[in-house]
Amino acid sequence: MLDLTPREICERKALRINPLKTCQPVGALYAALGVRRCMPHSHGSQGCVSYHRTFLTRHFKEPAVASSSSFTEGASVFGGGANLRASVKNIFDVYDPDVIAVHTTCLSETIGDDLNSYILEMEIPEGKLVVHCNTPSYVGSHVTGFASMVAGFVRYLADAGSPADGRVAVFPGFLNPGDLREYKRLLGLAGLPFIMLPDQTGVMDGPMTGSYEMFPEGGTTVDEIRALGGAREALAMGEFASTEPALALKGKCGVEARVMPLPIGVRATDGFVAALSGISGRPVPRELEEERGRLVDLMLDANPYYYGKRCSVFGDPDTVLGITSLALELGMVPVHVVTGTPGEAFERKARALLEPFGALEGARVKAAGDLFDLHQWIKNDGTDLLIGTSYGKQIAKAEDLPFVRAGFPVLDRYGHSYRPIIGYRGGLALATDIADAIMDRIDRDCADEDLEVVM
Amino acid sequence: MDVKTRILSRYKAKVFKGRKDHILEVDGSGGQQIAANTRAIPGIMTNRGCCYAGCKGVVLGPLKDTVVLTHGPIGCGFYSWGTRRNKARAGEGGENYVQYCFSTDMQEPDIVFGGDKKLRRAIEEACAIFRPRRIMICSTCPVGLIGDDIHAVAAWAEREFGITCVAFSCEGYKGVSQSAGHHIANNGLMKRVIGTDDGEVGGRYRVNLLGEYNIGGDGWETERILRKVGYTVVSVFTGDGALADIARSHKADLNLVQCHRSINYVAGMMKDAFGTDWLKVNFIGLGATAATLRSIAEYFGGDELRERTEEVIEEEMAAVSGDVAYYRGRLEGRRAALFVGGSRSHHYQDLLGDFGVSTVLAGYEFAHRDDYEGRRVIPDIREDADSKNIESLVVERDLRYRAFLTPERARELRERIGLGDYGGLIRDMPDGSYVVDDLNHYETEAFIELLKPDIFFSGIKDKYVIQKAGVLARQLHSYDYSGPYAGFRGSLVFGRDLTMGLYAPAWGLVSPPWAGGGAAPAGGAEAPGEGGSDA
Repeated sequence: MLDLTPREICERKALRINPLKTCQPVGALYAALGVRRCMPHSHGSQGCVSYHRTFLTRHFKEPAVASSSSFTEGASVFGGGANLRASVKNIFDVYDPDVIAVHTTCLSETIGDDLNSYILEMEIPEGKLVVHCNTPSYVGSHVTGFASMVAGFVRYLADAGSPADGRVAVFPGFLNPGDLREYKRLLGLAGLPFIMLPDQTGVMDGPMTGSYEMFPEGGTTVDEIRALGGAREALAMGEFASTEPALALKGKCGVEARVMPLPIGVRATDGFVAALSGISGRPVPRELEEERGRLVDLMLDANPYYYGKRCSVFGDPDTVLGITSLALELGMVPVHVVTGTPGEAFERKARALLEPFGALEGARVKAAGDLFDLHQWIKNDGTDLLIGTSYGKQIAKAEDLPFVRAGFPVLDRYGHSYRPIIGYRGGLALATDIADAIMDRIDRDCADEDLEVVM
Repeated sequence: MDVKTRILSRYKAKVFKGRKDHILEVDGSGGQQIAANTRAIPGIMTNRGCCYAGCKGVVLGPLKDTVVLTHGPIGCGFYSWGTRRNKARAGEGGENYVQYCFSTDMQEPDIVFGGDKKLRRAIEEACAIFRPRRIMICSTCPVGLIGDDIHAVAAWAEREFGITCVAFSCEGYKGVSQSAGHHIANNGLMKRVIGTDDGEVGGRYRVNLLGEYNIGGDGWETERILRKVGYTVVSVFTGDGALADIARSHKADLNLVQCHRSINYVAGMMKDAFGTDWLKVNFIGLGATAATLRSIAEYFGGDELRERTEEVIEEEMAAVSGDVAYYRGRLEGRRAALFVGGSRSHHYQDLLGDFGVSTVLAGYEFAHRDDYEGRRVIPDIREDADSKNIESLVVERDLRYRAFLTPERARELRERIGLGDYGGLIRDMPDGSYVVDDLNHYETEAFIELLKPDIFFSGIKDKYVIQKAGVLARQLHSYDYSGPYAGFRGSLVFGRDLTMGLYAPAWGLVSPPWAGGGAAPAGGAEAPGEGGSDA
């Protein structure tokens, strides 16, 4: 496996090998699936959306609907306006969504299609909406594309004139439906009314009923997005995925935002829970405090198996930062912290996490990195555990390392999108997975006489 | 209202006009015409991919002895990495690039100022790290738009590093589907690789296997059978394939064409240039595999080969017949719909037939009329603007041209075994079944409701649409991570997978007991626990 990867590290400036990110449009598509009765639409060649639907379906094991402007060579030369107009007409005729959320592609961006004027000038049926965002694939990553689409909804729809009804706006970040359900539970426990955008629950974790609904009863409604303008405050979870929509909401409707890390691990969840309590003016519910206590209890119980273990964390920036915090709290040493998404802020934030634990020295931290970087680092430095997305399995096999799957995408296992990694519950699940992986390895490798029935 | 009319009734004028000729009910008349290889309709959820997907993803991606470098933003390379199940084992020298994804990951400045420099630098880096002998460059949409000359870069790389470097201008917007990309890949292989190594090729009965991408190990099962009979497989296009072998492929006596759509151009051009005959084969299905083996034996002739072929068929059939009978008992009478790329919707009807499963609907994502109606219609296919943009390569007769058969024998075999011909899908479909080109999301839902198939074979994008509607969905692109399905042994894997899918106890749990009277979904097992022994 990966036998051609040499140990010797050679500087690369142009060649990306085994990427740890993908392109903006797929993130925009996923964001749009979190809006009720919304058809995500890719303005480009149909190959893009074919790949994106495939990719999302493989992760969620759910249908990911989306349409395309199906550019041909002619449209690429003469512009995609006619294709977009035909698309919008056909989509409303045949599929009848309430909203079409258009995102661009490298193709339509390179030829300079002006979506603002296309949408302004096109015929849109009464009561229906078309919104858009710009997601050239040669900028950022799927995470920035996600942020742009959420911001696009805000820019088009959030209404500054909405009455202040005391609801909190929550931008949850690029997460699984399982995480979103956990947010809702935490918000519910805090007794805070809220609007969450986007919300893929009910859409990307649909139940099996024997009948298929193209637009199931999930997702943030258009009315809720409009009402964001009257929110008392916005909680933007995850700097990389949620800063842009938070800024858009502040810019358009003057709603103040707090940008916070994803609530992964004890401290980050404490921050979120404390923020909720601060807003509601009510103490943190006892139930939550007990939940927290159970997580800390597990961390102490299993401490000998975590302590001092070197781990390599990789995936999307907000998620990686969250998992790194949890790993540090567990007493582990994150020696490799890497994301494919560009942005110096990632490196700065990762270092700030490592520093107080004395884990900065010898650690390799990188934004805009790839799995080839990670593999070469591991060949040079060694590690005890991989925590990250499915493509890490190649390295895990090549180097015979235990591997915990977390983040996006998990293409090769089932049930992950249902399970939260955020909140104390998510921490409990991740900490259990990590201990299991480490302890399974001890059992596998030990001599027969050393096999412990009790550990 | 008949089924076709009901399906089309959802569409307004323009879409109606665009779709009506892509759907037909088979009437056995023999002359039915279908519209195919035309533009997808904007906004209508097609399952089609793009030119890049056909070139890099389908034809070049499975090659293991070359770096396949995507020149473009990151997405295209990323999505086509490790997801198609084209298995490959390292060959001589341990080379296996299939596990890797290489991309120039173009950024905004590359789009504004040109990406050639980054492409050159990426090749330098690839050569420094891996010392590859071959690099294939595949371009993506923006590359064509900004005009990066990837062919000049390839020529520079050959001079600079002494490697084989071929560039493929397979921008996603070209053509109307993956099909354009197949053609571009075929052209590049013909121009730059096939016939470039005249080294000795030993063995008797030399064949190339064309259009076999080794999904789930299909190619390995096919090769096992061919070798057992006594054939020498010179090269495979391109599953577990190597350009080093393809360079010698002109030394083979016969091209076996499994996937007609994606590779027929190479077959045709090798016939013109080198005189290599081609035979449409089908290694999917027990009866189909046996018939294919008999046809190949007929081509080479001789009692020894014929007897050996019968011996192998008998032995292989005997080894699987007990299990086949068991699965047939579980599957007989079920009805299937198939919607796959450009060949499998035809191939798998033979295998389904082995298990007593009939076909109610079959369609292709990106086929041309000849895949439906047979090659005889090729002269009648009107070229449109999109197909004219794809180079139709005309090759000269090579000095190494050799005819394996006498002209009389070639004519005779064209009649008897269909040498150099393909009859298409429609003629093998039962009357009253449906053929649909570029089946879309809405039509999939509607056909399920109207035809009520027990099993729907398609891809990942609609798998869960179908499953959520209560019908067993199996991916025929990726085999749902199972396989092989080819050959004798693969048939059993297929029978097992289908049986476990239909008899999954969870089908019986879809309606909660308090719902009362809800009909079991179409896939429905008789009772929970039924399927236990099949897994």
